[in-house]
Order: sequence, then structure tokens, then C-alpha cells
Amino acid sequence: MTSGLSERNRHLLVLAIGLVLLVGLPWVVDVVTLLELTIYIVYALFALSLGFIWGHGGILCFGQAAFFGLGAYTYAVAAINVGESSGPFLLAILLPAAFAALLGAMMFYGRLSDVYLGVITLVVALILFKFVNSTANETYVIGDARLGGFNGIPGFPTLNWPGDAGSPLMPDEMFYLAMGLLIAVYFGLHGLLRSRFGRIVVAIRENETRAELLGYDVRLYKTAVFAIGGGIAGLAGVLFANWGNFVSPGVFGLAQSATAIIWVIVGGLGTLIGPIVGAVLIQFLTTLLGQQSVVNNAFVLGAILVLVVLLLPKGLMPTLGQLLSRGRRK
Amino acid sequence: MDFAVVVIVEILYAVASLALIAAGLAVVFGMMRVINLAHGEFLMLGGYTAIVSVKAGINIYVAMLVVAPIVVGAIGLIVERLVIRFLYGRMLDTMLATWGLSLLLTGLVTMIFGNTTTGISTPIAGYRVGAYQLSGYNLFIIAAGFLVMAGILLALRYTRAGLIARGAMQSSDMASGLGHNPQRIYMITFTVGAALSGLAGGILAPLTGLTPTTGGLYVAKAFITVISGGAAVVAGTLSSATLFGTITQVVTLSSTPVWGDVAMLIAAVILLRLLPQGITGRFFSRQV
Repeated sequence: MTSGLSERNRHLLVLAIGLVLLVGLPWVVDVVTLLELTIYIVYALFALSLGFIWGHGGILCFGQAAFFGLGAYTYAVAAINVGESSGPFLLAILLPAAFAALLGAMMFYGRLSDVYLGVITLVVALILFKFVNSTANETYVIGDARLGGFNGIPGFPTLNWPGDAGSPLMPDEMFYLAMGLLIAVYFGLHGLLRSRFGRIVVAIRENETRAELLGYDVRLYKTAVFAIGGGIAGLAGVLFANWGNFVSPGVFGLAQSATAIIWVIVGGLGTLIGPIVGAVLIQFLTTLLGQQSVVNNAFVLGAILVLVVLLLPKGLMPTLGQLLSRGRRK
Repeated sequence: MDFAVVVIVEILYAVASLALIAAGLAVVFGMMRVINLAHGEFLMLGGYTAIVSVKAGINIYVAMLVVAPIVVGAIGLIVERLVIRFLYGRMLDTMLATWGLSLLLTGLVTMIFGNTTTGISTPIAGYRVGAYQLSGYNLFIIAAGFLVMAGILLALRYTRAGLIARGAMQSSDMASGLGHNPQRIYMITFTVGAALSGLAGGILAPLTGLTPTTGGLYVAKAFITVISGGAAVVAGTLSSATLFGTITQVVTLSSTPVWGDVAMLIAAVILLRLLPQGITGRFFSRQV
């Protein structure tokens, strides 16, 4: 955190940019572009969930897509059964958070080290993927909702104004919601990190043994961080499901988890703005690459990941911050 | 009785193919503590090498057992020199960089061969056990799996190169004090691991059609087998391959292959929770 700006000014700058984008963008761009931007924001939120648990909690989760997918599927299934969207919306945040708490408790109370943590989270996402992928049979139903296997679930009721199932959100309203939520989560996490809880979490990341010897229950704090990350990923999943009005097992896929890791590492580990910038940049690049057919998309993403790890291990935003402050001192 | 034979052969086959899939990763992780997430792509490249060689008119056994390991070993050497050697001791960075590598290789193969399935047919005919028809190639895989494991064990235990390699992994300072170059030993070990992956990819290629994304199917299984096995290369891989192969095959035979895979993954999560250092962290800890 060695940017040239003071922390307070940096927050004001981010807030100003966020609000300008929130209010201004729908006036400037057409609906199609706005839809495209909405998915960037959803991805940014997903990246933020991983950036928080990895960059501040020190938990590298190789299967963050498990919670993203769980959020998307919970919303889809609950919305089909309930119709009105407020309940499913909340449920689809709480369920992934609870699942993350359970999984986290199992891992952290078992004192698994980094690598094994990576494997278990990866495996859990894989189990969910395989399970959901194999539910094409008509016997797999939850209430009125068929799980659909690899066909996914199309055409569930999308988000509506709270309490009024008859008025679904329009594309521009979806944008306001997503952008508003992103800003809220960003500053919510900042507030959390400044609180006593957040400081202890960062202390644990810095030196787990020392924090433990000072009397903090490391296992409990890590589980809580993991659950918060799971809830945010679930929220991103809900928005994702509503954006396309479609969910398929791909939301649990390895590719989804891998992309999230790339966003965070490219944007910068240990910051909250880094994952957002990383997600938007990489997704923009992916869209650009999608318009040509000479170079394969995965090839470029893979090359970026390798190069960033080798040359820019801190990621884009911290490195930029360092350059800025160095330039100022001269 | 016939059914019992079939079940035993199928279980042995599942164990052997898991051991084959995991062998290269086990050498690289067990010896060097490098987790190579591009391992699946090495297998995939081995498969493509074998298929391309067979289509170019080379004998299928030469293609699988000679060409595939040499080509993938060479690729492994390049990867080690360009990427891995800068990241020794930084486990998480290695995981990230090799994950990038796996995407890169998948993309590269897609650009060259297209996103289509290619394959070759198995060179061994099937045989009958009572009322059951079995694939003869399964027996070849069982033999290959156990030969590869035995080969690694013998090389590590009874050859001078194996002794030096094990020594360098335990204490690279001491090894370099005795006049060996640890960098060179790491390089060779990684290349051998890659060549083993190429061999396994070549041997497994006739079983299923190959696509550029085939590696993803392998990497999770290999990863789980090796990590659950723990640090001992041969004893760990064999014990976890036996455990998971049996579980997968028993569940598969009594329900569907999907549930077989799910059962294996759940077993792995439970196992790692109970034995965080893997099987050989607790048992057989003095083995190679």
C-alpha cells in the first residue's frame, strides 16, 4: 500500500469514480453495451470475493467457483419454486456462505496447510460440477425445478422489485443493482478490514503462529473470512444467473475458478481494487480476443498468467502504486 | 466366479491407470515439492504425439513407448528452463505459473489440431472370461502401470543417479558441497517426470478419444492421488492409487462412472482431513 495518495483520498477517488460510473454510464452507452458492462461488474464482484479471502485472509482457494455456482443454482431453483425473487436472492447468498463456513471449519479446524487446502477446494468444486452435470435425468428435481444436468436451467423468474413479482428489473436497473452492490461490497470490505476483526485477520495472514500465541482463535477467524468470501461469491453467482437468465454446470467448472485466480493475481494480491481492475481488464481482453480467430483465447490467458507470476508477482495495481510513489519522490 | 475375475481385473486396471496418470507428477512433486498443474497437459501432449506418430506410419508401440516420452520430456526440459527454475521453493507461485502453462498448452494444441476429437484404436484384441467380454488392452495397462512403478522404485533405490537425486532433494547444500550441481539435478528430475507423463499419455491414448482439453480430466485425479499418497514417490502413489482405484471401480460397477468419480473425490477429501500429510505421512514413511 505505497500509493502516492493518502488512504483517505484514495477512498474518495475510488468512491467518486464508482459513483460517476454508476450514474453516468447508463446515459452514455446503449443498452447492449450496458449489458456487457454488467457482466464485467458481476465478474469483478466474484474476483473481489477471492481477492478478499486470498489477499487478506491468506487462503488460496482453487475452487471459488463452487460458491459462485452454488449461488447461481440456489437462486435458479428457489426462484422457480417461489416466483418472487427477494427470498431466493437472500437464500442464494446465505447458502453458499453457510456451505463455505462448513467447509472452512472442516479444513481450518483440521489445520490443513496451503497446498492441501488448494486441493480440497479444487476437489469440492469438481464434485459439485460432476454431480450437477450428471443430473439430466428427470428424477433429479428440487420442488418444481428440474436440475437439468449439462443442459442447465433456462428461463427461471429473474430479479424483481422487492415484493412485487410482476415487475422484473430492466437491463438498466440490473446495471444499477450490480454496480451499486459492487460499490457497497467494496466499501463494506474496507470497513471490515479497518475493524478489529479485519486487523486480526491480516495479522493472521502475516504470521499465523504469532497471532495464535497472542490468544486469537485462528481457526475461527479463518472460517469466518472464508464464509464471507463464499457469501460474496454467491451474490456474484445470483447476479450472473440473472444476467443471462440461464445457469449451466460450467459455473462450477475449473475454468471459472482459474479465471478468478488470474483476475486477482493480475490485478494485485492484497488490495481490494486490484481484483476489480484485473477482472475488468482481462474480461475486456477476452472480449477483444473473441472477435478474432487467429490466436486462441486460453493461449493468451495462460501466457498472461505465466508472465505475471514471473515478472510482476505483486500484480498490476500494487506495482503501479509503487511506480507512482517513486515518481513523486523524485 | 467369472464375475469375480472380471471385478478383480477391472480393479487392477483402475489402480494401474491411476498409478500411470500420477507417476510423472509423483516424481516431480514427491522429489522436488513442485506441484505441476500442467501435468494433465503433458499427458495430453503424450497422447497427441503417439497419435500423430501412428498416423505418420510409425509402429504403435514405438510411438507410445518411445516417441511420446522423448517428445514430452523435451517439452518438459524447455518448460523447466524457461519457467519452473525461477520458482523453486515458491510452491504457490509454481502452482499458478503451471496453471497458466496448462491453459497455454491447451490453447496451443487447439490452434494446431482444432477443437475436435482424434484417436487411434487399441492394438490388442479382446478376450472372453465365461460370459464376459474383456478388453485385452486393459491387461497391457495393468502390466505397464506396475512396470513403471517398479522402474521408478529401482532407479531411485539402486542406481547412483537415483541416490544423488534423492540426496539433492534432501539437502541441496550438501549435494553441491559434494560436487553435484543441484540446478542440473532439478532439471533432469523434472525432465524425467515430464517424460513419464508423456509415456502415460501415450499408453492411455488408444483408450479414449483425445481433445485439447483432455488434460483437465487427468490433472485432478493425478493431483489427488499424489497428494493423498504423501511424500514417498512409489509407496505413496501405489497405496493411494490402490485405495482410490478400488473405491472408484467398486462404486462404478454398482452404479455409474460419474458416481465412481464422485466417490473417489469424497474419499480424497475425507482422507486428507484425517491424514493431512497423506498416507505415507503416517504409514510406510521410510519408503521411497
